Amino acid sequence: MSVVAERTVASQARPPRRHYLNVNYGVRSWLLTVDHKRIALLYLVSITLFFFLGGAAAVLFRLELLTPRADLFEAETYNKLFTLHGLVMIFFFLIPSIPAVLGNFLVPLMIGARDLAFPKLNLLSWYVFIIGGLFTLTAAIMGGVDTGWTFYTPYSSTYSNSYVALTVTGAFITGFSSILTGLNFIVTIHKMRAPGMTWLRLPLFIWSHYATSLIMVLGTPVLAISLVLVALERLFQLGIFDPRLGGDPVLFQHLFWFYSHPAVYIMILPAMGVVSEIVPCFSRKRIFGYTFIAFSSIAIAVLGFFVWGHHLFVSSQSVYAGLVFSFLSMLVAIPSAIKVFNWTATLYKGSIVYRTPLFYALGFIGLFTIGGLTGIFVATLPIDVHVHDTYFIVAHFHYIMVGGAIMGYLGGLHFWWPKITGRLYPEGWARFSALIIFVGFNLTFFPQFILGYLGMPRRYAAYPDEFQVLNVMSSAGASILGIGYLIPLIYFFWSMRYGPYAGANPWDARGLEWTTASPPPTDNFEYKPQVSQSAYAYDEEQKVG
Amino acid sequence: MFEDLPLFPVRASTFAGQVDTLYFFLVAMATFFVVLIFGTVIFFTAKYRRRSATERPPPIHLDMRLEILWTIIPLILVMISFGWGASLFVHMSQAPEDALELRAVGRQWMWKLQHPSGAREINQMHVPVGKPVKVILASEDVVHSFYVPAFRIKMDVVPGRYTATWFEATREGEFHLFCAEYCGTQHSGMIGRVVAMKPVDYQRWLTSQASEEPIAVSGERLFQQLRCESCHQTTSNEKGPTLTGLFGRRVKLESGESVLADEAYIRESILNPHNQIVAGYRPIMPTYQGQISEDALHQIIVYLRTLGRAPEEKNPS
Repeated sequence: MSVVAERTVASQARPPRRHYLNVNYGVRSWLLTVDHKRIALLYLVSITLFFFLGGAAAVLFRLELLTPRADLFEAETYNKLFTLHGLVMIFFFLIPSIPAVLGNFLVPLMIGARDLAFPKLNLLSWYVFIIGGLFTLTAAIMGGVDTGWTFYTPYSSTYSNSYVALTVTGAFITGFSSILTGLNFIVTIHKMRAPGMTWLRLPLFIWSHYATSLIMVLGTPVLAISLVLVALERLFQLGIFDPRLGGDPVLFQHLFWFYSHPAVYIMILPAMGVVSEIVPCFSRKRIFGYTFIAFSSIAIAVLGFFVWGHHLFVSSQSVYAGLVFSFLSMLVAIPSAIKVFNWTATLYKGSIVYRTPLFYALGFIGLFTIGGLTGIFVATLPIDVHVHDTYFIVAHFHYIMVGGAIMGYLGGLHFWWPKITGRLYPEGWARFSALIIFVGFNLTFFPQFILGYLGMPRRYAAYPDEFQVLNVMSSAGASILGIGYLIPLIYFFWSMRYGPYAGANPWDARGLEWTTASPPPTDNFEYKPQVSQSAYAYDEEQKVG
Repeated sequence: MFEDLPLFPVRASTFAGQVDTLYFFLVAMATFFVVLIFGTVIFFTAKYRRRSATERPPPIHLDMRLEILWTIIPLILVMISFGWGASLFVHMSQAPEDALELRAVGRQWMWKLQHPSGAREINQMHVPVGKPVKVILASEDVVHSFYVPAFRIKMDVVPGRYTATWFEATREGEFHLFCAEYCGTQHSGMIGRVVAMKPVDYQRWLTSQASEEPIAVSGERLFQQLRCESCHQTTSNEKGPTLTGLFGRRVKLESGESVLADEAYIRESILNPHNQIVAGYRPIMPTYQGQISEDALHQIIVYLRTLGRAPEEKNPS
């Protein structure tokens, strides 16, 4: 057993008598709470439900793809399933995942604040999220939508016979919850840092959430208005995107990706923040290249707004636009590479403790590296001409979003679970499921790179026979992955009741959130935090107060 | 067993080898970094595993040389990828002047093609090997994408405008034609085959489709049927400018702009004539939006291009 764990046992105190979970009880105390920690848990429950809904859709269409014909479902059902999967996973799971759960819980704790700057706005953002979700779910139950999560016009605005208007209304509403969260984080990080918490002492988790918030606030309104325009064209035949009404279908693609490419960084930057916390803790070292990691987050957020055109290389965009967007997209590789190298260097001459969060973080580094490198492939113009809209793209972005973002999310959930609940999760089961997820993930998505370069287009309910073997591998991997995700669901529930008490700082980690009790009191700290050291002072004793 | 499990697509165009070479460069680069990162992470994690409770890792200080090194090396590599890709992309974007010109229309959920000789095909495309072929694409409904993996080409088919792609087949055979842009319920059924054949076989195949008249002739007939010639005659008159010798010229508009009379211009002038009134004329032409199919537009444009071009082009052999 590792030293960190032994200390845990030694310091294993019962949780404080009063903390944010038991301060009061009842449905009202949760639904009307303005405590950022409780709101984080409301989000946790909601996005977990959405995650398993989106996952179930994926399992169903992967089953369909076991055979080359559309035999388990007809094409229409298949189209609705992949649309549901994309919509739910992106708008209702990945975008809120780390910011709305871990970010909500940790941003005030990490900077030594009592709450976010606008606690009521925070609660409102959850309600907005739920209302948006209900719209989308209603559309799904009434018969679903078959446009793909990208809503390309004029298919979505004129031709599709499904519940497009209702669904885009759901996505439109949900967008406001992320705008509100982003706004709240920006103000909180600027105005509510504890004395001594300078910008360059901030945990990198905060830097990455700051960068994410900028994208949320600046990008989401563009998506919102594009979706409104789709709905207006659909309901009132207003000519915006459909050329028969005098519109331009490619205009929609520009507007959509102006948000939706930066949205990829909304999903990955917070995971990078999580990894930047976990790696130093379990290496017992300061993070290598702090300022480079911090500013590379900002660089990714800024550059992310200038690369949307790489989704349009074959959309009749001009050749010169293609060249410019290819060039700018290449530049995103630089801050991403800087992060990977600095995390790796942090391990050098460390004193590495093997715990589940670290395994997730290392998994993130590896899979993000593959996702990032294949990003260079698709930024290279002639390669993209060939692989655009094939399974190569599907594989590439799942390496970023599942291999990256979800690995980061699960790593973070394990790392801060003791802080959130006051209990430890079972380490053996956690390692086992991390392994299952890693294997299942690679078996699902690696064959898709090969499929894509072979030329299999995405969103195909039926496909030529020669693609079957690779599809069967992918479907087999997906079922393993599905089981891998169910195991943590079970043991997290188990640990809430039976897990051993964690104590305030089970990992002997630095950072203000570990100086308060687990679970923290409603006001977060029982003293006034004063900061005099970096968030990564693993070579010093933790200084408190 | 491996017949059921292809791992690499067949190469059947002049682009295929060039794209694959670039792909192999990227695969080599990616493999190097994946091995480097995975190897280093695993090595460090194993070598520096915590062995005693009193272990204190030595402080490692920021090394600017290292930070600069791992900024510069990736920068150089991505710039090579960009430059290499850019030059090939520019080449792939410019069809040779003498390319054989096929006209394609995508619609939910089929591909319609017409050869200059007039031969029509649905969901298949016969092409000669060793000759550049340009495909001009139009859509009757939603966005589609014309994709031939064996040729490494793809181009979206966008309603309301023309797009084009080109290739030169290098081997005989049958290859997949896919729609790559999601276009609705039967998207995965919008597939066809490309048949690349020796030029003599292609000619023989064309003659076997002799029942069709050449595209330009169909276009001329439509031009008369739609009464275009009542205003657009061989010389300009007060109702409309002549279209003889129009193609490829610059046209002065009422708005003071001057535009190139290319296919996009002619298409727009038929569908939305009031957007581009030629200088000196009144906006009296009716719109043909919704009254003329994409096939017919293709034919009229091909016909108009033959006006004022060398006479031998008027009747393609």
